[in-house]
Amino acid sequence: MKRAIAVFVLLALFPLAMQAVDGMFYVSLASRILIYAIAATSLNLVLGYGGMVSFGHAAFFGAGAFVVGILAVEGVRSAWIAWPAAIAVAALAALVIGAMSLRTRGVYFIMITLAFAQMIYYIFVSLKSYGGDDGLSMPGRSTVAADVTLSGDFLWYYLVLALLALVLYALHRLVHSRFGRVIDAIRENEARAEAIGFPVYRYKLLCFVIAGAIAGLAGALIANQSSYVSPSLLHWIQSGTLMIMVILGGVGTLWGGVIGAAVLLGLEHLIADYRIGWLASLAPNYQDHAGLAVGAVLLIIVMLAPEGIAGLFRRRRHA
Amino acid sequence: MLELRGISKRFGGVVATDDVTLEVTKGEVHALIGPNGAGKTTLIAQISGVLPIDAGRILFNGVDVTQLRTHARVAAGLARSYQITSIFRRFTVLDNLALAVQARSGSSFSFWRPVSAERALYDEAALIANEIGLGERLDVVSSSLAHGEQRALEVGLALATRPQLLLLDEPMAGMGPQESQAMIALIEKMRSRVTVLLVEHDMDAVFRLASRISVLVNGRLIATGAPAQIRADAEVRKAYLGEEIAA
Amino acid sequence: MSAILFFEQGLNGIQFGLMLFLLAAGLTLVFGIMDMINLAHGSLYMIGAYFMASFVQATGSFWIGLPLALIATAIVGAVLEVSLLRRLYGRDHLTQVLATFAIILIANEIVRIVWGSQPIMLNAPAELTGPVALPGGLRYASYRLVIIGTGTAVAVLLYLLVTKTRVGMLVRAGASNREMATAMGVNIRRLFTIVFALGAALCALAGAMLGPILAVQVGMGESILILAFVVIVIGGIGSIRGAFVGALLVGIVDTGGRAFLPIIFSTFLPPQLASAAGPAVASILIYLLMAVVLYFRPQGLFPARG
Repeated sequence: MKRAIAVFVLLALFPLAMQAVDGMFYVSLASRILIYAIAATSLNLVLGYGGMVSFGHAAFFGAGAFVVGILAVEGVRSAWIAWPAAIAVAALAALVIGAMSLRTRGVYFIMITLAFAQMIYYIFVSLKSYGGDDGLSMPGRSTVAADVTLSGDFLWYYLVLALLALVLYALHRLVHSRFGRVIDAIRENEARAEAIGFPVYRYKLLCFVIAGAIAGLAGALIANQSSYVSPSLLHWIQSGTLMIMVILGGVGTLWGGVIGAAVLLGLEHLIADYRIGWLASLAPNYQDHAGLAVGAVLLIIVMLAPEGIAGLFRRRRHA
Repeated sequence: MLELRGISKRFGGVVATDDVTLEVTKGEVHALIGPNGAGKTTLIAQISGVLPIDAGRILFNGVDVTQLRTHARVAAGLARSYQITSIFRRFTVLDNLALAVQARSGSSFSFWRPVSAERALYDEAALIANEIGLGERLDVVSSSLAHGEQRALEVGLALATRPQLLLLDEPMAGMGPQESQAMIALIEKMRSRVTVLLVEHDMDAVFRLASRISVLVNGRLIATGAPAQIRADAEVRKAYLGEEIAA
Repeated sequence: MSAILFFEQGLNGIQFGLMLFLLAAGLTLVFGIMDMINLAHGSLYMIGAYFMASFVQATGSFWIGLPLALIATAIVGAVLEVSLLRRLYGRDHLTQVLATFAIILIANEIVRIVWGSQPIMLNAPAELTGPVALPGGLRYASYRLVIIGTGTAVAVLLYLLVTKTRVGMLVRAGASNREMATAMGVNIRRLFTIVFALGAALCALAGAMLGPILAVQVGMGESILILAFVVIVIGGIGSIRGAFVGALLVGIVDTGGRAFLPIIFSTFLPPQLASAAGPAVASILIYLLMAVVLYFRPQGLFPARG
């Protein structure tokens, strides 16, 4: 707990430090990272902690974003309405998709979550009046009161930081609660969990929905971040990206999503914005092919993790 | 307490369970024996709800539970232990048992209060641990337990759900003589509280514990009765080749 | 709506379905026998199409380029299997998902580096660019007919291979019971490599033949991969027959939906709503189909494992 507080204090001081060195751009980047941290953490709940390899998590993330975007374009800009709506819609989508997918397991489950998430992608992309393929531009960020828009970088950063803290604390309590214990047991031995009297399907579904709801919140935030909603948020490549963050940061750990988002997005930024001299002389376009590095790193981590990714589950029992 | 009426199951061309009708009365230790492959574990899986049946009915305390899912049968008082140890390997002995206690004491759709604060759960879990002989091993991660201890925990998990009927599937599997004696003693101890349907190969244990014995061969029930009766039954001797039944 | 339109769209649906079958067949075998989820299957399809484009350009002939592309892709598939994928068998699904996802990323970038980011040209052979007159008055692109012919021929060949040959029997045994196949003394490792290489060649065939119709570009693998997944879920994992039926179903439903739903909708919806709802529902039609099939048959229509 003390470590957590220390981290948050540092994160809270960050913008002040940036202001001093005229690095306000980094505050905006950091907000983005924190939002993805929330999204990745929600995936870690269902994937790392719950053991459900859901490849469609981007659907809930993007759905949340689109709800905020569509409402904004239709004139409803209040965060008090739009954000809960985003969470509700994402949770509902998770309920529907989860209800159908969780009746299957293994390879079927992975493919089905992928397919249904892609279905949601197509639904939103087909809404031509809300951007279609090009995405949806919002008139601005959400409002919290009559004239108060969340437009300042400082304010926005602290709001996102507070929400991340809230999410992490709530998940910390969840994991140590009765519910969390059952989910942990289900991941460990699903058949026996059912055999001692737990209706396993219901627990898995609820875990799935909670994770979807949190992803919806992250979606609402990402829409606000640049006042723009891209359909790529819903694409399954985005689901894969969230998974990469979870792996990098630590599967089944409380901070895994945060670390993973920071590392992946930080790396992407570094590669894109800072030209490494000697590398550039070997391969002038190297910055266009960052995906190669990401893929290679991911592959190495996955192949060399001694007991596989599941081995990392086994070592970290307490999130 | 438990009534099986005409249970049948096929897997493709193979008949796994052939019109089995069986009764387990309250308070007894009813042993189910038979050669390997006879379908004993299949029957246990069917009674506990893991394996659907093609025909027949299962009645528990007069209630038809044939369509009920496993967790609902557990809630009704029907618990099972496994032939191949199936415990929560990452969890400690105490946590394993506490989980089973948690399953039947209140709702686990509780998201805020830490489980570790619920002393009642852990006290009861410790009690059960003592009963099964693991009282000194509470904080050991169960994957580190010796085989015999794991089997004890295996039974303990089922016991912790406070069942009325306990289905024990070869509890003594892979046990040495000393461990087997301990398990026999445990089953003796619990018979006052729990009705038991015991699947076992260890004939010593079967004849010591059983009030009645049923014999399953190739999915069919060929005999049911008191131990002495079964011992003397010609068809049973034939099915078993006389080797496993003590002379 | 004329009968000719139905006929034409029906043929288009079958054509697409048969190509989907080529992808799904290899994929379902890998899932069924190796119990491995392989996201990089779409990348093999993409590589097949790119190889085809290059070989056709190099040799000037579609028909010489085709076998070259198939062989090249089969080699890539075999190398991939031996060097990387074989270490994933028996690992948990999350590991397999991430590893093969990584392969997609790497493959996409390598293709971008070698061939550039712009879509490249792949044309149907000159002798097949004209239409053919079919009974009923429909004039149908001869190239598409060739695709249908090729797809059907391969389907028949695959069926014969799987049901009549020894290799096929081993494959079927492996699909329904891996442990037993190993116990039977089959050289499992070699069998897996062969199955994988065959799957890669099938992908390449689909990629090469569809190249002139769809675009040859980075990312083409991913969009068709999901369709292949839907086919397998509907058809049942490990079953070639399921893949065939599933693929035709998906091909026809998807093509038919896109062609006729907007028209159907406009008969009872106001035009603006119809033109929006039509394509929207058409694009999700196959997922709805998948949901319906799952509801009645959670293991698919023809699951290989009993």
